[in-house]
Amino acid sequence: MAERTVDARGSFCPGPLMELISNMKSMQVGDTLELLSTDAGSAKDVPEWVHKVGHEMVDTNQDSEGTFHIKVRKAK
Amino acid sequence: MAGIFIICLNGDREHLQFAAMAASVAAVTGIDVQVFLSMNAFPHFIKGHSKEAPASGVVGKKMEEHKVPEFFTIFEQAVELGDAKIWACSMAMDVMAVTEEDLEPIVAGAMGLTKFFSDAEGAQILTF
Repeated sequence: MAERTVDARGSFCPGPLMELISNMKSMQVGDTLELLSTDAGSAKDVPEWVHKVGHEMVDTNQDSEGTFHIKVRKAK
Repeated sequence: MAGIFIICLNGDREHLQFAAMAASVAAVTGIDVQVFLSMNAFPHFIKGHSKEAPASGVVGKKMEEHKVPEFFTIFEQAVELGDAKIWACSMAMDVMAVTEEDLEPIVAGAMGLTKFFSDAEGAQILTF
């Protein structure tokens, strides 16, 4: 399964979510994507969207520089 | 028809920005989104017209400084990623003397207010 990283640092809401969705459209089921974001709202919005549409949250954390690492697996 | 129906009237940056945000986020979450453009919001969706809406307050000016994505780009995402439908008010089109060929491709076409309200019956309507 492929892994992809999308760097959305510096992008404002809803930019990170839109970048994630745009990338996931071209991914295969089972692939994972790690979204990098400095937008605090995205740390809550992305898991909400993932749950709503039926994908899978793998992990989410914030590093020492304040960047959120949000990892999602495409489930359908 | 269930979903969210958004009416855009104000042509300033703040109103258009939030309308675009609401449309895009709702659309990519699977909600049926219909947008109706009229009054000063409408000309931004004519080919060749500026997509830079003027800020009317401090937040709008800060958005310009921080280079927040323009409302038009966010509306494009609503259509491309979430299948939102954007309609142009037929009255505004008449007043501005434009045809459907003059509209940006993200606009699905002309719409009358009566049809829009009929489609929106029972659904949420947000006005910006």
